Amino acid sequence: MAIGLPKSGSGAIDVPENTIITRLDATIDKLLDQVGGNQIINAARKYSLWPMPFATACCGIELMAVGASRFDIARFGAEVMRFSPRQCDLLIVAGRVSMKMLPVLQRIWLQMPEPKWSISMGACASTGGVFDTYAVVQGVDRFIPIDVYIPGCPPRPEQILRALLDLQTKIQKGSSLGSKGLPEVFDAERALPEKQIVPAGIPFASERGDEDRFGYRLPGGSALLGKNEAK
Amino acid sequence: MSQAVTDPHATTFKTLATVLGDGVFSTSQYLDNLRLHVPASRLIELLTVLKNQCGFSFLAELGGTDYLGYPGHTRHRFEVHYVLLNIDTTERLIVKAGVDDPNPTLPSAYPLWRGADWMEREVYDMYGIVFEGHPDLRRILMPEEFTAFPLRKDYPLRGRGERHNFQKLSREQS
Repeated sequence: MAIGLPKSGSGAIDVPENTIITRLDATIDKLLDQVGGNQIINAARKYSLWPMPFATACCGIELMAVGASRFDIARFGAEVMRFSPRQCDLLIVAGRVSMKMLPVLQRIWLQMPEPKWSISMGACASTGGVFDTYAVVQGVDRFIPIDVYIPGCPPRPEQILRALLDLQTKIQKGSSLGSKGLPEVFDAERALPEKQIVPAGIPFASERGDEDRFGYRLPGGSALLGKNEAK
Repeated sequence: MSQAVTDPHATTFKTLATVLGDGVFSTSQYLDNLRLHVPASRLIELLTVLKNQCGFSFLAELGGTDYLGYPGHTRHRFEVHYVLLNIDTTERLIVKAGVDDPNPTLPSAYPLWRGADWMEREVYDMYGIVFEGHPDLRRILMPEEFTAFPLRKDYPLRGRGERHNFQKLSREQS
């Protein structure tokens, strides 16, 4: 893992190959690997996460409990809740996100500096929960990348601590960036480009009947609510 | 000692009868809610009299209903209701006006009560009922580029995926 320059993507700085900077960067990377420095950097990162609480519903109350003294997220080094995304490296989406709120969530995610991670907290953020309607996003992972999901409605504070520990493990491994998701998520992502041809706000289906109950469009065809589950 | 039960709407009805005469509205009642059903063409006339001569200075609520497929409903498809409050006497009165497809249109109550502004925008947003004379009839709850009217009964509850074609941010992009 490089500490100096982002390696790929649109956020990468356009640096020509084989310059002093790139060579220096590679050298530092190599050195760090030899002395185990990347492990130290990862450890430093995982024990000093600064969460950005995107709390839109009752999950946010549970999140406050985790911050308070009884559960005390400070024991795991993630107590510095910042309300500016530019000071954070962990997005916690706590609660349902409406379709109108979605661009705001995306913007906040983009405003957070790298390296950054995200937790989808609770049933609503992860799948839409009981709000299976036109107005609510059926899982925020359809629109932003998510590292850890927490089930529950709302989740117990212990579950949030567990998720934090899991995320710390993930950060220590250094595998968060470019990690692989579930196969049905890949199918949904493959189906996305054809939807994205249509501008936002124009209906692309007579009804969302071709999606399963988690909001993913299934490549196998129609999957009406209830029908598919009976199989 | 028992108190004599008096009709709280007696004065109002006397005024309405002298100013408007008969046949402008019909009434119905549920518990102590009295509703006046009025055709859309005479809605503003009735509301003006209620505000200026009967003392209903406050528009407490304005909302819409879609009666498509409602059991036993024989009137118009949409109904817009105006809940009026007389602050001095605490008398409450509900005025209902019906409209039909296509292009449901009603005159705006904004010139009478400024509070009708956002409430009419909400009814427009959810049912597509156009209020003529409203100064700024835009969507208020749904995103601006939304094309449907989601509280109509023929709109599917789970939607038509209007914003599911929104851009997805991947790890590489963000």
